[in-house]
Amino acid sequence: MSFNQDDYKGYRSPTLDLLQSQKALVWSQVTLHTDRGDFSGLILPRSETADADHIVLKLSTGYNIGIRHNTVQRITVGERKVANYKIPEKKFPFDPVKPRVKLFGTGGTIASRLDYRTGAVIPAFSPGELYGSVPELADICNMETDKLYGVFSENMGPEQWIGTAQAVAAEIEKGVAGIVIGHGTDTMHHTAAALSFMLQNSPVPIVMVGSQRSSDRPSSDAAINLINSTRTAATSDIAEVMVCMFGPTSDKYGLLHRGTRVRKMHSSYRSTFRTLSDIPLGKIDESGVTPFRSDYHQRRDDRKIDLKAVFDDRVSLVYYYPAMKPDIIDSLVDNGYKGIVIAGTGLGHVNKPLYPALDRARAAGVHIYMTVQTMWGFVQMYVYETGREIMGLGVIPAANMLPEVAYVKLGWTLGQTHDPEEVKRIMLNPVNGEITEREPHNGYLLFQGGIPEVDEFISSHWK
Amino acid sequence: MDHALPLSDPWLLRPLPAFGQLSATDYTDLGFMVGLEVHQQLLTSRKLFCRCPAGRYQTDHQAEVLRHMRPTLSEMGEYDGTALMEFKTRKNIIYLLNNETVCTYDMDDAPPFEIDDVALDHSIAIGMLLGCNIVGEVHITRKQYLDGSIPTGFQRTAIIGTDGDIPYGGKNIHIRQISLEEDSCREVSDQGHERVYRTDRLGTPLIETVTDPDMKTPEEARDVGQIIRHLARASGLVRTGSGAGRQDVNVSVTGGTRIEIKGVSSLRAIPRLVHNEALRQRTLVGIRKELARRGVTSAAISDEGFDVTAIVRGTDCKFIAKAVDKGAAVMAIPLPGFQGLLQLQTQPRTSFLKEFSDRIRVIACIDDLPNLALSTQEVPTLSSGEWDRVIKACSVEPDVPVIVVWGRRNDVETAIRETAIRAREACEGVPMETRQALDDGTNGFERILPGADRMYPDTDLPPIPLLDERVDGIRASLGTRPWERYASLKELGVNHDLAERLSRHRAWDLFLLLYPKLDAETGHLGLNTLASMLLDRSCPRPASMAAARGWWEKTLDRINSGEIIPEAVWNSDEELLTRLEDEEARSIFDEALNYLPPDGPDDPDDPDGQQKREHFAMQHVMKDLRGRVAGRKVRAWISEVLS
Repeated sequence: MSFNQDDYKGYRSPTLDLLQSQKALVWSQVTLHTDRGDFSGLILPRSETADADHIVLKLSTGYNIGIRHNTVQRITVGERKVANYKIPEKKFPFDPVKPRVKLFGTGGTIASRLDYRTGAVIPAFSPGELYGSVPELADICNMETDKLYGVFSENMGPEQWIGTAQAVAAEIEKGVAGIVIGHGTDTMHHTAAALSFMLQNSPVPIVMVGSQRSSDRPSSDAAINLINSTRTAATSDIAEVMVCMFGPTSDKYGLLHRGTRVRKMHSSYRSTFRTLSDIPLGKIDESGVTPFRSDYHQRRDDRKIDLKAVFDDRVSLVYYYPAMKPDIIDSLVDNGYKGIVIAGTGLGHVNKPLYPALDRARAAGVHIYMTVQTMWGFVQMYVYETGREIMGLGVIPAANMLPEVAYVKLGWTLGQTHDPEEVKRIMLNPVNGEITEREPHNGYLLFQGGIPEVDEFISSHWK
Repeated sequence: MDHALPLSDPWLLRPLPAFGQLSATDYTDLGFMVGLEVHQQLLTSRKLFCRCPAGRYQTDHQAEVLRHMRPTLSEMGEYDGTALMEFKTRKNIIYLLNNETVCTYDMDDAPPFEIDDVALDHSIAIGMLLGCNIVGEVHITRKQYLDGSIPTGFQRTAIIGTDGDIPYGGKNIHIRQISLEEDSCREVSDQGHERVYRTDRLGTPLIETVTDPDMKTPEEARDVGQIIRHLARASGLVRTGSGAGRQDVNVSVTGGTRIEIKGVSSLRAIPRLVHNEALRQRTLVGIRKELARRGVTSAAISDEGFDVTAIVRGTDCKFIAKAVDKGAAVMAIPLPGFQGLLQLQTQPRTSFLKEFSDRIRVIACIDDLPNLALSTQEVPTLSSGEWDRVIKACSVEPDVPVIVVWGRRNDVETAIRETAIRAREACEGVPMETRQALDDGTNGFERILPGADRMYPDTDLPPIPLLDERVDGIRASLGTRPWERYASLKELGVNHDLAERLSRHRAWDLFLLLYPKLDAETGHLGLNTLASMLLDRSCPRPASMAAARGWWEKTLDRINSGEIIPEAVWNSDEELLTRLEDEEARSIFDEALNYLPPDGPDDPDDPDGQQKREHFAMQHVMKDLRGRVAGRKVRAWISEVLS
């Protein structure tokens, strides 16, 4: 028997066999006569990751239920109406007075619509689709969009970083008021670091944005983040690679984080992105951008940008733990890795058993840099003898570069040169704040709940 | 008055029939139908999708978060009714957080944990008791709510069973479905552009039982609600007490529409509420007919408002003058064709005009009442000279009703548009709304009714298969339904009232264990007495079921042996008084009677004097004898002594 693949979308044997034998195709109105009674509804496609034993029905009340295949005695099949997922577009209005903003998509959904009949969440991305779901954008700019990739954040890597950097540079050279890049949040700080190194001296803001609550839900942060990032791209005087995400978990304002100092710090909070060992560049709300500092790269009128889109992916980031054995380092060397960033304990330490492996790595020409797994603070390898010994093995302290940033920078550096002195010069010479001269006291603020004065502060301010 | 245009529908000419005046046939003639959605919290220790404790009630908080609810778009690319309305209101939603009862899940900063298995089992059991078909796989669905009552903007809900039946008055009431869902926040306040919620209740497991609109009179609606609540209560699987259960009541009449009255906590309130809603719908149907007869169409109703701030500045109407002094804008909108309609009664003490006032209050957030004035209103507002100028500004004939609204300019503009929308809806009949029950038995506008199309799958949690093993296990331990219990109690010979109460009481299980122990031969304790003892709050209630069983078995043995009398159980501690032999009892009785207080009834002309004297004496002597000798024996002695 031959059939269209979508006729039984997502169903596998044995449920597939049942549906085929009863000629019950997805999108058909059916009544399933089962051992547990009769159930009527519309057959929906089955999720590929769900088990193979159940039929999904959408009831007339809008609820979905599942029916186990081996309880079904027979199926009465009614009318079939195939769902159409197309989103109607509304033309994004053009206003000659408004700045032009380009939105690049890399994956995830910035905006979306619900198809209530099927329950599907349909991504909205074209200017027309975006205008339909976030009409406020038209008050800010003339928007154009380009979908570069359609991958989850964890699948963004060097190839996509390079491609994105090239696309952004090309757009800036054409002349644009600002760039917005939609990105999944998990690795947004890796991409932000990569773009900070690959796109230097930008004349306009390059703003990365995502959402922590998906855009199909009324409480989503997606629309506000998109509005904030677009306003930043269109109007901000800060012309840097930035991450624009919620400041507090309340709907109050977004923070603008420098691409080299930002990190995702909570697996699910809206306010997950934080600037570490420094303060953010500024904040953004309906009234516009409020810078928190003045030492940023200012917007310029020209269209010049330094594009250095290179990357050597033979680099690894090793998170040290107390019982680590030298074979971890050895295996990297044996597999041809050219650079290792270690996230060491405390001020930048590893245990003694690793020493021979580190020595061997240096002999093999591997560039090794030390960062701290404490996230905040500088590497300082002179304080303890351990640190001095490790430096003696050729491990270079990477100041207060965040481990992920050091990883990205080492790959980017090795894309340019393998000369140890040149690599060191590039690594320790900050491009844009990945190493800071000094750490301000308010660059490290982790409030502890339970302390009376902290609880008092929390009770009187928006979280 | 503006009765220039007469009314044709006789319904509009007569006073509204009061509650209690209509017969079942009258309701049938109206096409009256009621369906129920009964919500009951499940008795679990945890919330449904996180590990916060359930069932706490709190009045304090340590932190707040501020959120907004943004409508998502339907497939047609349009905002749907509720979504549009909630967005129009631009509410700041504030959640009060207490560390004990709220976690990052509740505040929508973390994905859900797996569903609470106890709650799932409880809901399956109650679904079975309702005779529902239990689904093969539970799919958690998101049902959108934009009012902010749930921080995510949707309620996680899942169908457990469909198509049940419960018997009522010789017919079957069809149960459409039972679902398991998370409870919403408690609203603390809703003023202007700010709505505040407390989050202790949020996430508590809840079952919702939905009936078909099978109830045809107000009393039937209450009775069926009672049956459903009692069924779940008798199972011992739901919470009881205030706030643990509430109903949404769906009402419609011929020509009307399904109106949902939300959150009715008292079943007793239902009959009057649904009666009044039927009146409202019938009146709106009459108004629709009248508008059609007058040739008023929704397309012809303009939403153009006229700024009359300058005209009313310095008015003697205090509430308008005060608002204008504070900088309020004042706008007017004429409603041609509505002559004589706005003052018509829709419900007791409620006119059609209130439908407009409600919309302006909820949607335009103008909630200082009165929030509108009507040119044809009898109550004094603007002066007749001011009204003349307002009407002139609107360029309409003097008899055309004009509504005036005041407040912040944006809000007033929303109010004018909303007034036009409500007027247009009047041409269609009864608008789709959810309404809120008010204390006086009437109801007010809450929000536009969300339809079935606000549901979509929850992608955060996988479907949960309900394998036969689990379902059969629950079925095997299933209790009996109240009406089954009632039938068996009646068969045993328990009287109607006690059978009714016991059939839905948690003492039912205890009764089943104890009644075979009654000694028919001695007849010391009858079935009805046992039943009333178990139901009586003044009888000792050992804390745990195991202790209760042991205590009651021992007590029954003692009654059977004559060591104690049944009366000893009432008004006593767990240690019971032993029975007195007749001789000893009589001597205590005689002694007590000697010391009868002097202030007893002594009017020799009172025809009830004897009875009163006996009663007085009984009260006195029983202080020493209660629980130790049968009351009827003492009464006999008194009659004998005092006669």
